[in-house]
Amino acid sequence: MSAATLQAKRRSFDVKKFLANNGALVGLVVLCIALFIATPDFLTGRNLLNIGIQVSTVAVLAFGMTFVIVAGGIDLSVGSVAALSAMVSGWFFVSAGLPGWLALLGGLAAGLLAGVINGLASAYGKLPSFIATLAMLSIARGLTLVISDGRPIKTSPEVSFLGGNLGPVPMPIVILLIAALVASFLLNRTVVGRSMYAVGGNAEAARLSGLPVKRIIVIVFGLAGLFAALAGLLLAGRLDSAQPQAATGYELDAIAAVVIGGASLAGGLGRISGTFVGALVLVVIRNGLNLLNVTSFWQQVVIGVVIALAVGIDVLRRKTRSS
Amino acid sequence: MSDHPLLTLNQVSKSFGPVNVIRKVSVNVHAGAVQVLLGENGAGKSTLIKMMAGVYQPDGGEILIDGKAVSLPNTRAAEEHGIATIHQELNLVNSMSVAENVMLGRTPKKFGMVDRKALRRQARAALDLIGLDVDVETPVGELGIARQQLVEIAKALSINARILILDEPTAALTRHETESLFKVVADLRRKGVGMLFISHHLDEIAEIGDSVTVLRDGEFVAEVPASTSEDELVRLMVGRSIDDQFPRRSAESEGPAEILAVEHLTSKGKFEDISFTLRAGEVLGISGLVGAGRTELIRAIAGADRYDSGSVKVRGKALPKGSVQAAIRAGLGHVPEDRKGQGLVLDASVNENLGYATLASSARLGLADFSGQRSRAEAVANTLRIRMHSIDQPVGSLSGGNQQKAVFGRWIIAASTVLLLDEPTRGVDVGAKVEIYELMNAITEAGGAIVMVSSELPEVLGMSDRILVLRDGRLAGEFSSADATQDKVMTLAARDVNEEH
Repeated sequence: MSAATLQAKRRSFDVKKFLANNGALVGLVVLCIALFIATPDFLTGRNLLNIGIQVSTVAVLAFGMTFVIVAGGIDLSVGSVAALSAMVSGWFFVSAGLPGWLALLGGLAAGLLAGVINGLASAYGKLPSFIATLAMLSIARGLTLVISDGRPIKTSPEVSFLGGNLGPVPMPIVILLIAALVASFLLNRTVVGRSMYAVGGNAEAARLSGLPVKRIIVIVFGLAGLFAALAGLLLAGRLDSAQPQAATGYELDAIAAVVIGGASLAGGLGRISGTFVGALVLVVIRNGLNLLNVTSFWQQVVIGVVIALAVGIDVLRRKTRSS
Repeated sequence: MSDHPLLTLNQVSKSFGPVNVIRKVSVNVHAGAVQVLLGENGAGKSTLIKMMAGVYQPDGGEILIDGKAVSLPNTRAAEEHGIATIHQELNLVNSMSVAENVMLGRTPKKFGMVDRKALRRQARAALDLIGLDVDVETPVGELGIARQQLVEIAKALSINARILILDEPTAALTRHETESLFKVVADLRRKGVGMLFISHHLDEIAEIGDSVTVLRDGEFVAEVPASTSEDELVRLMVGRSIDDQFPRRSAESEGPAEILAVEHLTSKGKFEDISFTLRAGEVLGISGLVGAGRTELIRAIAGADRYDSGSVKVRGKALPKGSVQAAIRAGLGHVPEDRKGQGLVLDASVNENLGYATLASSARLGLADFSGQRSRAEAVANTLRIRMHSIDQPVGSLSGGNQQKAVFGRWIIAASTVLLLDEPTRGVDVGAKVEIYELMNAITEAGGAIVMVSSELPEVLGMSDRILVLRDGRLAGEFSSADATQDKVMTLAARDVNEEH
C-alpha cells in the first residue's frame, strides 16, 4: 500500500472501527436514548446535574484505579482511603484547629500517604497488590473509626466548597472535569504515565529496558491514594461532614468503571476516557432505575449483569479481532 | 506402510480478511517418515500447522487422513485423529509434577480420589516410550526446556498420537540436547510415527528429515529431498541466494580501546570467578551447554541480576551491582534470551517498544518526547528494515525476526556501545538472521563491541572474533576464531558432563 493511500485511510473516519473500539460509549448512548423514551424525568437539567454530581465521586476514584490497573495491579483500598482522608481533614479542622485550606491539603496528604504505603508494600515488600490493598482497606477503615469514634465530623468551609456550587454549576462536576484532564495528561503525556503501560504490559521487559519499575509502582499507588482522597473530600463536602462509613464498597464501583471502560485486569491497557464512560454507565443505570422506581435490591442485580455483559462482550470482541 | 500418507493437506488455502496467508499448498506426512516444513517467518508455516491441529479451518482444499477426507473443526477432532502438536511454547503446568502433566485431563482415579500409584505407573510407562529417564515426581518447571519438550512428546504419544507436529523443537536446545531429541525422533520413525518437523537450522535437515516442503509467502515452492544442499534450500526459501550465512567482517582496530572488563565475577550456584575483557570492534562469543551459567553471566553484567563478588567495569569505571539503569547509562544494551517474556511489551506499539530505554533520558520536565521519539523510531525501523504496516501496530504482531530487530533498535536509539546478546537469532529466519549479523558488523565497525551467548555453534564460530567456553559456571577455555572448531568447543563445553548424567 502506498503512503498516500495510507494517509487517506487514516484521515477518513472509520465508523465501524470507532464503534468497535468504544463499545462502552455506544452502550451509554443507547442507554440514554432508552431512558429518554422510558421516562420524561431523565432528560431534565436537574437530573443531569444530579447524575454529574453522583458520577464525580465514582469517576475520580476510578481515575486513580485506572493508573493501578494499567500498571497491572489492583487497589481494593480506595473506598476506605477516601473515607480516611475526609476524616483526617475533618479532624485537622475541628480537633487540631488548623486553617480550613490546610485541613483540605492534610486530607489529600493522608490519601497520598496511604497510597504510597500500598505501593511500597507491593513493590518492595513483594506483596501482591490485591493483598497489600486488602490490608489497607481494613486499616484505613479502622483508622477512620478510631479517629472519629464512629461519629461524623464537620468539614472545613473549604472542603464544603468542593461540594457546593460555582455559579450554576456544581463544584463536583468542575473538579471531575479537571481531575479527568489531569489524569489523562499524566497517563498519556508523562514519562511516568507511559511507563505504567510498559510495567503493566510486561514488567520484566520494562525493567530490562531500564525503567524504574518499583518507583513507578509506588507512584501509581500514590496517585490512586491521592485521587481517592479527592473523591472522599468531594463526598464529605456535599454532606458538610466526614462520615465514618462513607464510600464503603466504592472500590468495586471504581474497578467496574475501569473494566467497563475497556481496561484489562491483566494490565497494559486502559484509557481515562474509557473509565469516564464506564463510570457514567454505572451511574446512569442507577439513576434510570431509580426514576423507573426499581428497588435498590434489584439495582444491584442489574449492575452485576451489566458488568458481566460489558466485560464478556469486550473479551469476545478482542478474541475475534486477534484471530 | 500403507499406500496413503497418514496426513495430506491437498491444495489448502486460508485467508484472514483480505490477506491470503496460504494459497493452494499441499503437504504429505507419511508413516515412519519425517517431513520437513521450511520457510521464512511469515511464509505461512504456523497457519498450516494450525490447520492440521484443528485451530483454523481451510477456506479451500481438503485435509485427508489415511486417504479419507476429514474435517477438523476443533483441536479435539485433530487429537482424535491422532494428530499432536508440540509447540514452541510448551503446554505444561510448571508447578505440577511430570506425572501429573503427562496424565493431565485423564488422571487415574480411585473412589473419586487421585490414584497416585496408577498415576506414577502410567506416567512412567509414557516416559518409557521415548526412554526419558526423569523422576516423575519432579515439578516440570525444574526441568530444562529440552526435557520439558520430551515430557510433552511422551504425553502426546501416550494419547496414541500417530502424527507428531514438531514446531521448532530445536530452537531452544543445545547441540547436545538436539542430538538426544533426534535419537527419539529416529526411534519414533522406526515405530511408524509420521512427523512434520519445522526448523530454522538448515544443518539439521539432512540429518533428521526425509523430504522437505518449502513455502514462500504462503505458496508452495518445492518439495525436495532432505539431502538437498543448504545453499539450495536457502535459495528456495528466500527466493534469492544468500552468499554467506555468517558475514562476519572483523572490525578490530589496532591499539588498546578496552571497553568492558569483567573481573572475578561470581554468583554462587550460577557462575564462579569469570574474568574477561572486551575490546572495541570485537565480537566475543560465549559458548557452553544450557545450564553452564551463560545467561546468568550476561544478566549479571547487564545489571539484571545481582552477583556476589567481582566487578564489571565499562571504560575503567565500575558499575554498581544489579542496576540496569547504571548499565544503560554506561552504554550497555541487553538483548535478553526470551524476546517475548523479557524483551518486549507485546501489546504496546513498535514505536513505544523502541523507545523504552530512552523514555526518561529524552524527556523534558517529565514529559515524554513524542515527536522526537517517533522520528527516532521511524529512522531506526527504516535502517533495520523492520517489516511492519505501521509503527503504531503492536510489536507482538510482527514476525520473530522483526521483533528481535525492535529489541536491537531500542539500543541503537539509546546509542549503546556494548551489546550483550543472549541467543540473538533464536526463532529468527535465515533472511533476518543475516540482517542481524550485518547489524552486528555495523555496530562493531562503529567502534562498539558485542558479547554474544548462543547455543548455535555455527553462529558462534561464524560471527565471533574470540570464543569463551563456559562449563558448570566456570571458564573452561578460550579460542580465537581461527583456532575454534565445533568439535573443540563441544569437547571443552561437555567434558565430564556426560558422566554426571
